[in-house]
Amino acid sequence: MATLPATYFEYPFRRAGMDHDRYAYSNLFKRKPVTWPNGARVALWIVPTLEYFPLDMASKGVKPPGGLERPYPDFWNYTLRDYGNRVGFARIFRALERRNLKASVALSSRLAERYPHILEEIARLKFEVIAHGLDMNHIHATGVPEAEERAWVQRSLATLRRLSGQPVTGWYSPAASESHGTLDLVAAEGCRYVCDWVNDDMPYPLSSKAGTIHAMPHAYEISDLQLFHFHKYKPKQFVEQVCDHFDWLYREAADPACGGRIVALSLRPWLSGVPHRIAAVEEVLDHIGRHAGVWSATGSEILQVWQAQQ
Amino acid sequence: MTAREDPQLYDYLPYYDRPKITWPGAKRLAFWCAPNVEHYEFNPPPNPSRTSWARPIPDVLHYAWRDYGNRAGIWRMMAAMDKYGVKGSVSLNVAVCDHFPDIAAAMRERQWEFFSHGIYNTRYTYNMGEQQERAFIEDVKASVLKWGGHELKGWLAPALTLTERTMELLAEAGIIYTLDLFHDDQPLPVNVPSGRMISVPYSLEINDFTTLFQGSSTPRDYTDAIKAQFDRLYMEGAENGQVMCLPLHPFLIGQPHRMREFEKALDYITSHDGVWLATGREIAEHYYAHHYDAFAKAIAARKGR
Repeated sequence: MATLPATYFEYPFRRAGMDHDRYAYSNLFKRKPVTWPNGARVALWIVPTLEYFPLDMASKGVKPPGGLERPYPDFWNYTLRDYGNRVGFARIFRALERRNLKASVALSSRLAERYPHILEEIARLKFEVIAHGLDMNHIHATGVPEAEERAWVQRSLATLRRLSGQPVTGWYSPAASESHGTLDLVAAEGCRYVCDWVNDDMPYPLSSKAGTIHAMPHAYEISDLQLFHFHKYKPKQFVEQVCDHFDWLYREAADPACGGRIVALSLRPWLSGVPHRIAAVEEVLDHIGRHAGVWSATGSEILQVWQAQQ
Repeated sequence: MTAREDPQLYDYLPYYDRPKITWPGAKRLAFWCAPNVEHYEFNPPPNPSRTSWARPIPDVLHYAWRDYGNRAGIWRMMAAMDKYGVKGSVSLNVAVCDHFPDIAAAMRERQWEFFSHGIYNTRYTYNMGEQQERAFIEDVKASVLKWGGHELKGWLAPALTLTERTMELLAEAGIIYTLDLFHDDQPLPVNVPSGRMISVPYSLEINDFTTLFQGSSTPRDYTDAIKAQFDRLYMEGAENGQVMCLPLHPFLIGQPHRMREFEKALDYITSHDGVWLATGREIAEHYYAHHYDAFAKAIAARKGR
């Protein structure tokens, strides 16, 4: 009878702490409370995520959410994603501008080259740029040779830094996918935070070969990708759930033992920027806007304030 | 009929024509809450029957999502359960206690029951040899005694992966109830070669994993489903004592956007007088003491017809 190898019953990491050396365990509710500027209870971190999905996407490897899944040439999905980068993003940016809200825009560097108008708008609105890889056809994962991955990281950052004039210190891997070395590579290129680790509601330090880099609590469960794309929720259900999320954290932040919290919103223009859904996004923004003590900030600003208090 | 086609783990018993279950204090419904406190390894060894992660290792996104449960979710979930006086019966990957002793201590302090959900949720029972599975069970027993301070009585297979020998080996090891069988709404005897075993109703229908995650339920849908499940079993409990299990995963239920609805569900259930707030073990032990024999007799009588 078949059995498993003896190694299946060995547990080399079964001891206090994590089973890797990237970060230490930490209970969210046993940390030093953080104070936001002007005593705000919640830092609002809005992350419009603008992704370029080339028509000739690879069919193997990690499939990015929203990727082109129909046979080549998949104009259906290619143009729907492109719609987001031409029309949808403008709608989201306008909704933010009219409410005086800041944003950190995660951007494929090849999209910045393709549609310069996007970076002009980012500059005009004083939004932050987060590097989001080259495009959705370059997924960082085990199997990509290190030299190649390093070149992707360098090219993405160099392009976005050159075109935006910003230092660009935030990194969000396409599809939130990393190889064993992604953190080391992006830290070595001057990134200060990453958005791929969704295990916390606050920032925390990650170790890398190039020193400490931070995980920022990017929204995953309440991203429009999860709610609209995967779960197929109606706009009304999106509003209920995201407002519930805000309300709970806003309430938690009133407890001095918890301290300031972060509400992150992840918005994809091909989902949130369509005419029948944008009102739902606006409703969420207005719900949040009716509360005192909300600090609209970029990822870098939030991290800086948080770090100064550690 | 072959053993492979139907292992004959249980016998037929009509739902509306069977012995009556009575719960302590003449309650209609035994309600128990089963948080799955789990750890999914960063770099687990392969099992020929199942892959652990959807993406190549490291699957940073999915690893981190599950890790949210141990950093943040469990503490919110626990506070809500404290608020409504609901004790946990923990479906435990026992290695969680080794990795995160604070979690083990907080659960023990609340006198939650620890039952087995294996060692890690990324170590499957599939393809274990008999001696390997025996040793695996012994490892879990020793861990529960060490961290929970009590003997191991219940078992939900890690990631619901079993072998054809699992029930037999559990009974041999002194485990008294299994949660891997979903054939009934009440506890029932399970056929094992030696000793005794019963199935206690867990749930894959109002499990947060199958609803919120796989089933795309909104938090409001989920609370509606929990209430509907409760209402029907509570109604039927007036006739014959019922069991309702609420299985949870801290990485899902402990998210801020679900906490309000979770509290509403607990508030609804605990506001009914006819509810016995129990643990899995208490339900099993009560059943053995008062109802096992009557059920075994009713089953034997039907088989003999």
